[in-house]
Amino acid sequence: MAENILEMRSITKTFPGVKALENVSLDVRRGEIHAICGENGAGKSTLMKVLSGVYPTGTYDGEILYDGAPASFGGIRDSEHVGIVIIHQELALVPYLSIAENLFLGNERRGRGGLIDWNLANAEAAKLLDEVGLDENPVTPVGQLGVGKQQLVEIAKALSKDVRLLILDEPTAALNDTDSSHLLGLLRRLKERGITSIMISHKLNEITAIADRVTVIRDGRTVETLSLSAGEVTQERIIRGMVGRDLESFYPARESSPGDEVMRIEDWTVWHPSQDRKVVDGAGFSVRAGEVVGIAGLMGAGRTELAMSIFGHSYGRNISGRLFMHGKEVRPRNVADAIDAGIAYATEDRKKYGLNLIEDIRTNISAAALGKLSQGGFVNGNEEIKVAEDSRKGMNIKAPSVMSIVGKLSGGNQQKVVLSKWLFTDPDVLILDEPTRGIDVGAKYEIYTIVNRLVAAGKAVVIISSELPELLGTCDRIYTLSAGRITGEVPVKQATQENLMALMTKERELVA
Amino acid sequence: MTTAPPKLDKSATAGEAAPAAALHTGTSDLRALVSRNLRQSGIYVAFVVIVALVAILTDGLSLNPTNVTNIVLQYSYILILAIGMVIVIIAGHIDLSVGSVVALTGAVSATLVIKQGLPWWAGILAALAVGLLIGMWQGFWVAYVGIPAFIVTLAGMLLFRGLAQEVLHSVSLSPFPPAYGKVATGFLNGLLGGNGYDAFTLLIFALAVLGYAFSSYRTRVARVRYQQPVESFPLFVLRVVVVAAVVMWFAWQLAHARGLPIVLIILAVLILAYGVLTKRTVFGRQVYAIGGNLAAAQLSGVKVRVVNFWIFVNMGFLAGVAGVIFSSRSNGAQPGAGNMFELDAIAACFIGGAAVTGGVGTVVGAVVGGLLVAVMSNGMQLLGVDQSIQSVVKGLVLLLAVAFDVYNKRRAGAAR
Repeated sequence: MAENILEMRSITKTFPGVKALENVSLDVRRGEIHAICGENGAGKSTLMKVLSGVYPTGTYDGEILYDGAPASFGGIRDSEHVGIVIIHQELALVPYLSIAENLFLGNERRGRGGLIDWNLANAEAAKLLDEVGLDENPVTPVGQLGVGKQQLVEIAKALSKDVRLLILDEPTAALNDTDSSHLLGLLRRLKERGITSIMISHKLNEITAIADRVTVIRDGRTVETLSLSAGEVTQERIIRGMVGRDLESFYPARESSPGDEVMRIEDWTVWHPSQDRKVVDGAGFSVRAGEVVGIAGLMGAGRTELAMSIFGHSYGRNISGRLFMHGKEVRPRNVADAIDAGIAYATEDRKKYGLNLIEDIRTNISAAALGKLSQGGFVNGNEEIKVAEDSRKGMNIKAPSVMSIVGKLSGGNQQKVVLSKWLFTDPDVLILDEPTRGIDVGAKYEIYTIVNRLVAAGKAVVIISSELPELLGTCDRIYTLSAGRITGEVPVKQATQENLMALMTKERELVA
Repeated sequence: MTTAPPKLDKSATAGEAAPAAALHTGTSDLRALVSRNLRQSGIYVAFVVIVALVAILTDGLSLNPTNVTNIVLQYSYILILAIGMVIVIIAGHIDLSVGSVVALTGAVSATLVIKQGLPWWAGILAALAVGLLIGMWQGFWVAYVGIPAFIVTLAGMLLFRGLAQEVLHSVSLSPFPPAYGKVATGFLNGLLGGNGYDAFTLLIFALAVLGYAFSSYRTRVARVRYQQPVESFPLFVLRVVVVAAVVMWFAWQLAHARGLPIVLIILAVLILAYGVLTKRTVFGRQVYAIGGNLAAAQLSGVKVRVVNFWIFVNMGFLAGVAGVIFSSRSNGAQPGAGNMFELDAIAACFIGGAAVTGGVGTVVGAVVGGLLVAVMSNGMQLLGVDQSIQSVVKGLVLLLAVAFDVYNKRRAGAAR
């Protein structure tokens, strides 16, 4: 038997216009826990999708050797057949079905006459639950379990398929500390049974605690593979590998001269809307007029949740803490209040939460401040067109007219429509969540230029981004967020990708 | 229905100008204009085709003045329901209860007027009040409790049907005093004389046409002032003249028959008012925003619950209006009144270009969709087609209209 259970050789995967993976190689030894690290968008998930057959053979270049023999998977079923099981970040369980039903979904335990033998199924389910250390009745509906337990059900499901190579994508992102350490313990036990695991994670403390080897991926390429036995697996070393690129020079220069404080939050705590955990935990930050403040955090750190809860309680429950605008406390209970208070929030997912894609540019731009264009409830359509037209020219939105349907614009132009919409509300502070996600380099530069223009006009801007170079290139100060807590505040002059990444991955010590 | 998607049609329907966005002043190429307008106004073309087809098949009988008047009288309540329904559908909901509400409001009105001997207007006011109350009830459950409108109004369909039977003790009530009957069957005729052609009717229509021409012109001037694209001047004139000619022909037919139906006045006022409400008011915009992208509307400060509540209150009110007109037309109230009206109204909206997913649709589109079904049914009746076949044809037309919408959406999605 080969020493490596898996070898992926020079995998290249191209999407229209983007090279997601370029010559990535990965080898995983039999019975090890292998971690894959990289920034958001580095290509980790794409690589795992190639491995598990989500992207079938032929849609990528390169070679996969499994158990020493070339493997070609036409779909998930093929890879599961040889014992490769992937557990996605978004769990794929049916909440209304019982644990046992979920475990054997698509793989039912049949008895006589092709009917399902529920006694057999429940008995086997109980055995599997015992293996993963989950003390629940197999007939309990999965929806009644917490996320941590659901994660264990997913692993039990993998075990029921005789898994040999288990892939976990961000398994602990949604878990609290206790559940996380429980899960890591389970991975160790599986390792003792000879099951190999690949774990994608942002949480460096977990990786250093559990991984035998770590492969770092950056911008779709393999950087290096670190080995625990050689003493290479340290947080510093991983961070260097993850961010090791030069700050790109496409950030327009800006004079910085911050004025008075515009917005400040104190001790801001937000609970998950349906789960029993804090998503934002005692966070506090402030932003001044003419200043750009960055919030850096990895996926799942609570960035968007923080911003949305500030923006009129649009996310979460049991929100506590204080919000000050110009030194005076305000309590916006809904989005309309927040807009009135001078806050604007441009979402990270503009298609899902930011725009009405089937409507034209004009109606999208006026949507958040129709009151300014109307009298007695009647909208002045001509003024509206003029406002939209001004934005189209001022923002350089590339469209034949303001009557063009927003869904047909490019990502960059859509983002400019979103910005136009919020600027028309005349906010004091503008929170931009991933403002340049999914848009091309030229449009990015334009967005940065617009931000600079706003700041020069005395607005306060908060940028939430997982791209550290972007924050370093645009901000005056950067706060780091990790697991819902503000873990640092760094003036941009002292900030480096390394010290930010260290703060972004700083967590309380694991409960061992 | 070989032409195209009415779904993107935003401006050309509300009685204002600007048919095509991408056209620039004076430079409009006629071919581009025609093809774009065809794409945007498939429903109108389909309507014209159906009208022509029915006219040919019936040897012009369908266009005879009495028949034209009849179509308006016979389908007015469906059109009124469709006006409310299209707003419900644009916001992404549905209302299955309107048929039962028509029955209940008519029953209440008949009980008060026929049994209790109250004056005719008291019956009308009571019916409208009941409609409003029902709207508030359903709006409460949809908007504030968050139960899907499908369920709330399905429950309402049973609930209000039962209440209507209860109010009437399961027997029909009739007849209304003549004054009540005037609402649906009355005409304004002979007010200014005229030799077999009612001058008053012609005058009213002429004023309406002038008003349309004037407001179109004003819109055009304003657009030019704001440097917006408009169609070239000859095309603008052509459009106004064509619309004027069609409307005056219709007026001529009415004037030649029994004069101006009161129902038509009510209908015209409602179409105008709701056209303005949906296109020109903050409320209307918010309805489209909610249907187009609920999350984005919420994050833009739209008070979604309040808007949803009023959408249903409005639907209840219009169902009350339809209840009055239906009871007036049938000169009494029956426990089974308004059966399946909801389906006719919903069909009118979808044939008129509303999207099943919400966010798209127009009042005028829904009315034309309703008229299309009306002309078709009427034509089949004139031809003596079986009731069963009529139902089959109506069903196929609805299916094709929505299939067409889905097809267009897919094509638009692929082009993206």
